[in-house]
Amino acid sequence: MINFSFDGKNYTAQKGDTLAAALLRNGIGLVGRSFKYHRPRGIMTAGVEEPNALVTIGEGGRTEPNTRATDVFVYEGLVAKSQNRWPNLSFDIGAVFGLAAPVISAGFYYKTFFGSAKRWMFYEHFIRRAAGLGNAPTETDPDRFSQRAAFCDVLVVGAGPAGLSAALEAVEAGKRVILVEQDNILGSSLIRDPQELDGAWVEATAERIRAAGGRILTRTTASGYWEHDLVTLTQRIAEPGQIPLQGVAQRLWHIRAAKVILATGSIERPMAFAHNDRPGVMLSQAVRTYVHRFGVVPGKRVVIATNNDDAYKTAHALQAAGAEVVAILDARPAPAGADSGLPVHNNAVPLSTEGARHCLKSVTALVDGQAQSWHADLLAVSGGFTPVVHLHMQAGGTLDWNDAAQAFVPAISRQNVTTIGGAADPKPVFKMVPVSKPKKSFIDFQNDVTLSDVDLAWAEGYRSVEHLKRYTTLGMATDQGKLSNMAALGRLAEKQGVAIHEAGLTTFRPPYTPVTMGLLAGAGAKDAGAHVRRLALYDVHAAKNPIWQPLGYWFRPRAYPAGSETLAQAALREAKAVRSTVGMTDVSTLAKFEVSGPDAAAFLEIICATTVNKLAVGRGRYTFMLREDGFVFDDGTVWRLEENRYLLTSSTGGADRMATHISYVRQYLCPHLRVSAVNVQEHYAGIAVAGPKAKVALSALIGEEPPRHMSTVPAVIAGVPVIILAASYSGERAFEIYVEASHAGAVWAACETEVMEQDGALYGLEAMEFLRIEKGHLVVGGEVDGRMTPHDLALDKMLNKTGGYVGASGLSRPALSETGRRQLVGLEAIDGNNIPEGAMLVTHEGVSPQGHVSAAAFRIIEGGSIALGQLTDGFARHGEELIATSPTRGQKARVRVVAPHFYDTAGERYRD
Amino acid sequence: MMQITCPHCGPRAQAEFVYERTVDSVVALDASPEDAMRTLFTRDNPRGVDDEIWRHTYGCRAWMVVTRHRVTNEISAIRAVGPEVLP
Repeated sequence: MINFSFDGKNYTAQKGDTLAAALLRNGIGLVGRSFKYHRPRGIMTAGVEEPNALVTIGEGGRTEPNTRATDVFVYEGLVAKSQNRWPNLSFDIGAVFGLAAPVISAGFYYKTFFGSAKRWMFYEHFIRRAAGLGNAPTETDPDRFSQRAAFCDVLVVGAGPAGLSAALEAVEAGKRVILVEQDNILGSSLIRDPQELDGAWVEATAERIRAAGGRILTRTTASGYWEHDLVTLTQRIAEPGQIPLQGVAQRLWHIRAAKVILATGSIERPMAFAHNDRPGVMLSQAVRTYVHRFGVVPGKRVVIATNNDDAYKTAHALQAAGAEVVAILDARPAPAGADSGLPVHNNAVPLSTEGARHCLKSVTALVDGQAQSWHADLLAVSGGFTPVVHLHMQAGGTLDWNDAAQAFVPAISRQNVTTIGGAADPKPVFKMVPVSKPKKSFIDFQNDVTLSDVDLAWAEGYRSVEHLKRYTTLGMATDQGKLSNMAALGRLAEKQGVAIHEAGLTTFRPPYTPVTMGLLAGAGAKDAGAHVRRLALYDVHAAKNPIWQPLGYWFRPRAYPAGSETLAQAALREAKAVRSTVGMTDVSTLAKFEVSGPDAAAFLEIICATTVNKLAVGRGRYTFMLREDGFVFDDGTVWRLEENRYLLTSSTGGADRMATHISYVRQYLCPHLRVSAVNVQEHYAGIAVAGPKAKVALSALIGEEPPRHMSTVPAVIAGVPVIILAASYSGERAFEIYVEASHAGAVWAACETEVMEQDGALYGLEAMEFLRIEKGHLVVGGEVDGRMTPHDLALDKMLNKTGGYVGASGLSRPALSETGRRQLVGLEAIDGNNIPEGAMLVTHEGVSPQGHVSAAAFRIIEGGSIALGQLTDGFARHGEELIATSPTRGQKARVRVVAPHFYDTAGERYRD
Repeated sequence: MMQITCPHCGPRAQAEFVYERTVDSVVALDASPEDAMRTLFTRDNPRGVDDEIWRHTYGCRAWMVVTRHRVTNEISAIRAVGPEVLP
C-alpha cells in the first residue's frame, strides 16, 4: 500500500499504479477543469497523450504543474492537486464561462487583439485569471539535472514486441544497442494485451538483450530527433515531485546513433460527438490497460463505440473482469465477425452523452438512423489509431496516407531511421464522419476546441491547416494535438471537399512530451550559467572591498568607497585625484595581441584602418578597426616593441570578437603572410597610473626617466620585468604598465606605495568613465555602436590613405558619405538639470528625435552636467540648443551642442 | 546538433564549432565599392548546397570550409584552411 493525497485528501494506491490508476481505484472520476470553459474532465487515456487529467504534483521548488496523471507513478507521500478551479474542483466558479462559451470561441484572441485596446484591457484581467493550467512554482528547484552523451550503432525507441525484437536482433548481430522505453516497465502493448504473447517473453528478451551487452533505459523518452541522427532522451530518475535518492532528478541524454529504429506504436483516437469530454468517456485501449495492468475496472455498465476490431478485446476484458457490456456501437455497416454473446449494433455511432458533473449516466447513439439510449457509467471509444510519427518527422521524413487505416504513416526517411511495428502499419478502421451537433463535440480536449470552432474558422476564411491551427489554437496545447490533429484535419478536408491527406499537415517539433526547463539547463543552471573570469589582481581588489561591476564575464572594481561614501561620491573623489595628483587602476581586461614576424606591419595594416608601418620602434599610436561594411567596430592602440614585434590593444568588451577577427584574417583572409598573432589578454596584467604626478611616481618606480607620451620602454618594477606604454585615456599624463599576470601583485603593491606617496588614489570604472567623457574619448558599445563610420566619429583624418584594410571597400560606398548621418558631438546642460544618459535629442517636444545621449557625466573640477551624443549632421550644429529628454524616466535637460572635448582641448596635459 | 568532421580532430559535435559566415560573403581586400556592396548586401541565399566558413572554436580553433546542404544538413566536404607550410 502506498499513501498519497489528492486535493488534500489521503488515499492509498497499489504498487505500480500510475496516479490515474490510483484515482480510478479510489473511485475518483473528476480530476480537472478544462482550459477555457472549465468543463469537468476525467481520465481519458492511460498514456502520455492524456489531454484532460492534468494535475500539479509535488510541493515547494519541486512542484511540477500540468503533469499528466497517466504519466506519473505513485510513490509514498505523493501530493497531487487539481488545477484551474476555484474555489474547488467540484464547485468551480469558472464553469460559468462554459455558459459564455460563444463569447470565447475560435479566434477570440485574434478578434480581441485586433479590436480596440480598451476591449483587450477589459478582457485581460479575467482571462489571465480564468484561462490556464497549473501555476509555475516560484521557489528554486532543489534538484540536480544531469546530462550525458552516448554513441551507439542502433538506437531502438519503444519496447513493445516490435522494438524488443529489433533490439534483440541488432544486439545479437554484434551491434552496440540502446533500447529506450518511456514507461517504467517493458512490453508496451503486451502490458495491455498480455494474452498475445507468452508472458515470460518480454523479460526473457530483455535478459538476452542485456546479456549481449545492450543497454535498456526505462522511464526514458526519446523527445527530440535532431540533425545527423542525434536523438535526445529525457530520463526520469525520480518521479515528478519526488525527492531523488541520489540528488539527480532527471538526466538528458545526447545519443548519436548510426541507425535509429522507431517502434513507437500508435495512439488511439477519440470520436467527435456531443459531450465526448465528460468524465466516464475513455479510450478503449486505456480501459483495457486499467483492467489488465492495474486491475482497476473503470465502469460497471459499459458502452463501447468503435470503428475497428480492436475494441472487441476491450469488451472481452471488461466481461472477464465482471463488468457488463451493455452495447457495442460499431460504425461499420456489417458485423465484423462471429462475436456471439456481445450486444453489437452495426451502423451505430454515438451522438451524445448525458450525466452529472462527476460521472456519465447514459449514452445516446444513432443506430441505423434511429436514436437510441443506454444507461452506462463508462463509454469506451475507439476511433482508430494514429501512428506515432513524431520522431520520423522531426528527422525530416515525409508521410504517406494509408487509407485502410485512415492514418498517416512514415514514407521517405531523411536520416538513418526506419519505423517498424504499429507505427508503420496501423490497424484497419472504418472511415467515420461526425454526425452529432458540432457545438459540444470536442476534438482538442486540452485547448477546448470543438468541431464548431473549426467550422467557424472555415466560415471566416481560414483555409490552410496552419492558419486553422493558429486561429483556433488547435493542437497547440502541451499534448501538441496527439489526440486532436486527425479529427481537425478530417473536418477541414470535409469542408474543403478533398481527401484528408490533401488538406495539409502541420509540423511536429521537439519535444515529443513536455520537458522540464531544469533538464535543459543541466549543470549550467543557477550560478554555473555564466562563468566568472577573475582578474589576476582579484584578491588585491577584494581586500579593499570595492563596488564590483560585471563586464562581460569579468568583474572589475567600479569604485573604492572610503567610509560611508556612495558610489557617486567615491567616483568623484577618485576622478579628482587623477585630475589633481595621481590615480591608479586595473586595466588588465583590455584585449592584447602580440603580433610578430616579417609581415607583422602588413598584417596590422589589414586589421587596423590607420597606418602602422611608419611607426618607429618604441613608439605607439591610437588606432581603430572597421567591419567589412565600413563601420567602426573597435579601437585601441598599436605599439612597435621591436623591429618586427608589435603589441595591439583593443577594448575589453570586444576582446573575444577581436580575437576571432584576428584569427580569421590570419588563417582565412591572409594565410600567405609571415606573421604570428598571439592573444596575450590574460598573459599580461595591466595597471594604469594617471595624473599630473604620474611621471614623478613612475620615475621613482623604474629609476629612470619615463617614456614620453605615446612611447614605450621595457623596464623593471619591484624586480619584475614590465612593459611601459605612455598612453592616456583619462586626459592626464599617464602610463600603462604591463606585467606577466603571475607577478602582478608585487608590481601593483610597488605602484600603490608610490601613488599614495603623491597623495593619489585608486580609481575604478566609474571614475574612468567620468574622465574619458570629459576628455571626449570613445568607448566601444557607447559612442562606437556599430552604426558609426570613421567620419561620423571625426576619425577620418587618421585613415590609411592607401586603403587595403578590412572595411576600406565597404567604407567607400556612396551612402556613407551622404549628409544626414549621425555624428559625434558634445553636449552641455544649460538649465542646471542633469543630462539623462540614453535620452533622445529633440529640437522641441513632440518631434522625432535627431540623436541620442550615449554617455553623461560631470565636469570633474568645475561641476556641471556634460555628455557625449550622436546627432544628425552634428558637426555643423555646434552652438545649437536642444532638449535631451527621457520620457520613460521623466527626466530632461536643455543642452547646447559643443565640440566633444570638455577638458584640455589642446592636449597639453599629457605632454611634458 | 550536427556532427562535423574537423580536418584535424575528426568527428565532433556541432557545439564545439562556431559558424562564422559563407565563403561568398567575404569582401576581398581589393574589392571595388560595387563588388563590396554586392558581396555584403545582394549575395545569394541558396536553398541547397553552400560553402560555409566554420571554426573549431572549442577544439583546435582551426578554420575550415564546410560544404553543407542547408535543408538536409548533409555535409559533402570539409576543407581545412590556414597558412601554407613555410619552407
